[in-house]
Amino acid sequence: MQKSVILGAMTVAAFSAGAAAAATLDDVKARGKLNCGVSTSLVGFAAPDANGNWEGFDVAVCRAVAAAVFGDSKAVEFVPTTGKTRFTALASGEVDMLARNTTWTYSRDTDLKFDFIGVNYYDGQGFMVPKSLGVSSAKELNGSTVCIQTGTTTELNLADFFRANNITYTPVPIETNAEALQQYLAGACDTYTTDASGLAASRATFETPTDHIVLPEIISKEPLGPLVRHGDNDWADIVRWSLNVMIAAEELGVTSANVAELSAAPTTNPEINRLLGTEGEMGKMMGVDNAFAKNIIMQVGNYGEVFEKNIGASTSIGLARGLNAQWTDGGLLYTPPFR
Amino acid sequence: MTSLSDPQAGSFRLSMLLNDTRYRSYTFQFVALMCIIAVFGYLGLNLAANLRTAGLSISFDFLSAPSGYDINQRPIDYTSQSTHLRASIVGIMNTLIVAVLACATATVLGVAAGVARLSPNWLLRKMMSVYVEAFRNVPVLIWILIIFSIMTAVLPPPNAFRGENPTATMVMGAFAFTNRGVYAPWPIWGDGSWVVVATFLASIAGAVIYRRHTTKVLFDTGRLMPRGWPTLAILILPAVVMFYVMGRPITLDYPALKGFNFQGGVNMLGSLIALWFALAIYTGAFIAENVRAGILAVSKGQTEAAASLGLRPNRIMSLVVLPQALRVIIPPLISNYLNITKNSSLAIAVGYMDVTGTLGGITLNQTGRAIECVLLLMAFYLTISLSISAVMNVYNNSVKLKER
Amino acid sequence: MADLSRAFVRRDMLPATPPPVGETGLVKWLRENLFSSPINTVMTLVSAFVIWWLVLAVWPWLSNGVWTTTSLAACREVLQGKTGACFSVLTERWHQLLFGFTYPADQYWRPTLGFVLLFVAAAPVLFFKLPRRLLIITAVYPFLAFWLIWGGSITVPLFVALGFVAAALTFQALAKQAMAQAALAAVIAALVVWWIGGQADLQVLVLEPVASRDIGGFMLNMILGVTCVSLSLPIGILLALGRRSDMPIIKWICVIFIEFVRGVPLITLLFVANVVLGYFLPPEVTFDLILRVIIMITLFSAAYIAEVIRGGLAALPKGQYEAADSLGLDYAQAMRLIILPQALKISIPGIVNVAVGLFKDTTLVSVISMYDLVGMVRGPIQGATEWNGVYWELFAFASLLFFVVCYGISQYSQWLEQQLRTDHR
Repeated sequence: MQKSVILGAMTVAAFSAGAAAAATLDDVKARGKLNCGVSTSLVGFAAPDANGNWEGFDVAVCRAVAAAVFGDSKAVEFVPTTGKTRFTALASGEVDMLARNTTWTYSRDTDLKFDFIGVNYYDGQGFMVPKSLGVSSAKELNGSTVCIQTGTTTELNLADFFRANNITYTPVPIETNAEALQQYLAGACDTYTTDASGLAASRATFETPTDHIVLPEIISKEPLGPLVRHGDNDWADIVRWSLNVMIAAEELGVTSANVAELSAAPTTNPEINRLLGTEGEMGKMMGVDNAFAKNIIMQVGNYGEVFEKNIGASTSIGLARGLNAQWTDGGLLYTPPFR
Repeated sequence: MTSLSDPQAGSFRLSMLLNDTRYRSYTFQFVALMCIIAVFGYLGLNLAANLRTAGLSISFDFLSAPSGYDINQRPIDYTSQSTHLRASIVGIMNTLIVAVLACATATVLGVAAGVARLSPNWLLRKMMSVYVEAFRNVPVLIWILIIFSIMTAVLPPPNAFRGENPTATMVMGAFAFTNRGVYAPWPIWGDGSWVVVATFLASIAGAVIYRRHTTKVLFDTGRLMPRGWPTLAILILPAVVMFYVMGRPITLDYPALKGFNFQGGVNMLGSLIALWFALAIYTGAFIAENVRAGILAVSKGQTEAAASLGLRPNRIMSLVVLPQALRVIIPPLISNYLNITKNSSLAIAVGYMDVTGTLGGITLNQTGRAIECVLLLMAFYLTISLSISAVMNVYNNSVKLKER
Repeated sequence: MADLSRAFVRRDMLPATPPPVGETGLVKWLRENLFSSPINTVMTLVSAFVIWWLVLAVWPWLSNGVWTTTSLAACREVLQGKTGACFSVLTERWHQLLFGFTYPADQYWRPTLGFVLLFVAAAPVLFFKLPRRLLIITAVYPFLAFWLIWGGSITVPLFVALGFVAAALTFQALAKQAMAQAALAAVIAALVVWWIGGQADLQVLVLEPVASRDIGGFMLNMILGVTCVSLSLPIGILLALGRRSDMPIIKWICVIFIEFVRGVPLITLLFVANVVLGYFLPPEVTFDLILRVIIMITLFSAAYIAEVIRGGLAALPKGQYEAADSLGLDYAQAMRLIILPQALKISIPGIVNVAVGLFKDTTLVSVISMYDLVGMVRGPIQGATEWNGVYWELFAFASLLFFVVCYGISQYSQWLEQQLRTDHR
């Protein structure tokens, strides 16, 4: 802001930040920072720590893109967005990309004119109930009161699920995750529903997590992924392949620990060489530094590392890889080859 | 201006557009109009260009598409298969419900507190000023959140009513106060209940006629007939008699704990109660100040004059002081009602599904039609405000002091 | 004549007997103020009961308060199931509540200094007895505060200020000849200075720059409140004059604007700032969210202030307008010298009410995901693992801050009303 805003506003000739519609990459480079939309506060995915540094699984995607563009994963401005403001923030150019557990749906991709560039977490909507409620299946929730976070696809899934099973419920829509939990813990609703990962993340913050269970039903497919504005394919490519680098790195066994060694000289695996820029000109094709993948892996880590650090089994959130394992391990992560 | 300083007619020069007071106002207005047109044109062109690049268009078609979400408080029939338009209407009705409830409660609270602030009782007076200052000086959003938290944290969950030794019990076996809301009995209208209702309506008319009659008698003969008790009797007795004559057609449906929640009766959602109380208590503090100022604005001479005429204190209040105070009280009172309606848009903070929650909340999120939704939202609030202002203008004109 | 010798004539005054116990001191006060009638007695007892009940409910919570732990769980451990507040959240996170969670911690002195200077700058406006020359501080303050809070080179606010100075000087020099040309020249002078300032990239007295997004907490409420009120005053005056103007087009523009803004809730205007405004600006123009919000709140409060001032204008006797006309003053002079000083004086209580209301309404920005005081409470702090489940302590703290400021302002307004009362009562 500084000079540009105050002088810009005063002379009513606000300083140019580049044409948002045409070339986001030029914008971002001119600005020197990536504006990345994240959620306001969801532990494990995107939340500021006590010192105000953003951390989390979605945050890592933002950092990866910054590392690809600038070679510096710190060059990110995190813009907290609510369910309501996220799409307009992206559409109006306030943010360059959105990494805010946003479900890839048909209408968002087509009607709202966004491009989902991949999936960084395969999720599904689940229910959490207190153990004392004595419920073991979501189909037994007839007549219950359900807390939901507004502004997400969960509201629609919930309506569909209860209608399909011909049972009734009372929705209690809540703006923030923290307030929804307050309601749930006070017994103002019988069950809290959101993405299963979010449930696990929230349950981890409880005083006695073991008093609460997540029901086995997953009532929806929630492929969560980063998205960009429709129409700027060059920019979409950069975001897409930044994510793919993380996934491919895990598949190829490149970690933040060994990337320096592997990229020092060409190895015997040509795909690793292409990925790390020791062979070919992969980065140039996209208009970024040839070592972009190396920067991402070095500064952010590969997919597996990021997962373990933020939401994996060793953290308080304790999510298993499940669907989010590599395809070689029976999961859904499958990146196109670097060729 | 004297005739001497007037320039000769016909000697119009271009510079007079700036320097001559007769023409300058035209120049100003022309410039202002041009500026406004330029600003709106600029914004409009930008909008068109932006929408074109984004491949979007302004369209209200989404209103007829199924909404796909459920609403917890439905004054009219609504399911997730209803349209977005119907969802908006449900939201509008919910806004009006909470606004009307809060206005009524705030008036009662405000008048009580305003009168109490002038009471001879020191303790009461001080307590009321603490109330007024505490609520007037803290944002309403914080009060809404606090009262909502009190609702959820202090009242028991329905589960507490269950089991051998429930920790909570229903009040008089009919009312359940839970953190999901209040459950109360609701009448079931059986066969012949319309007769009872019709009788009751007729007795209201009867009561009004009786009161007119007493006034007429008072004015004609000076004889004061009792009004309070007879009115009450006219209102209640015939309906009660008819109720038993018809074989008690109206029964009450009591709420009872079934499954996860109380079923039956009528349920007032916790979010509605929190919002209602927060708005009422908050605005009540403002109304209290208006009432106090209104009563103080009636000069002491009026009270003394009435007393010297031999009126008793409560008659002085009702016949002399209040009618004059109302003239001062009502205009700010109505603008407080307006504030309640506008502040009810904070329902979003407690998840009450008012029009900001449906049209400006979930519908906006799910369809992504931000411009259309915000426009409709503004249009709704503007309609309400302008109608209330119109009513206020009519009232102001009717009570304006007729000076001769 | 009766026998005088048996008569008793008191020649000296009796010492006054003390009044009965019921008519003195505490007892009298109690009897008159608390127990003057049966109804009063009942009310006293009920009030006393309510107070007693409140104290019983709140006291253990306050007195058992825990101040030194690092999480809610630790608080609960210390309390061992007793009722008690967990004030540790305040000791741990007070800086986030005041300054937002990303404002650099080693720079807290800057907004604090800005806050202290606010009083110095406001004093000449608030207290008329202070020498008028101090108003220069008030004029300098906005630029200084901007530099302190946002950081960067001091040349930026300096050039902005210079632009205004240049405009004022140009206007003064040319105003004698022709007002309109002078105004135009002033605007051009300011633009020239700003353009030069934009070109010259001097780095003098550079403070660490802080992005608007990093500004939050109560500081954000203060910034929004102070900026918007001071900006909306001149706009409000213009709107009020416009609404009472004889020129129909100008009048209708003002009427429509005022009624529109007053008719919609602030929250919808904030939605406009947050979600809609981007569509109405060219893609290369990106305003800060904070700036967009300032614009919207300023327009909002300008409409309310305009109505208050219009009331003040209407309350002036017609004779004042006629007197100004008969002195041969033109419109601008009449307004500046005769009408506005009186009308503004009448409007002060109303303006203060609007200001207090506006300051409270700045909390609504939390709804559009800005981290003001309430946004901090509802977002990062309650969302944090350590503090999930703390409400009362945070709400009490927030209420207290707002109460202190708002109550202070309204007390000042009452004092000012006393000062300005020129009629003899």
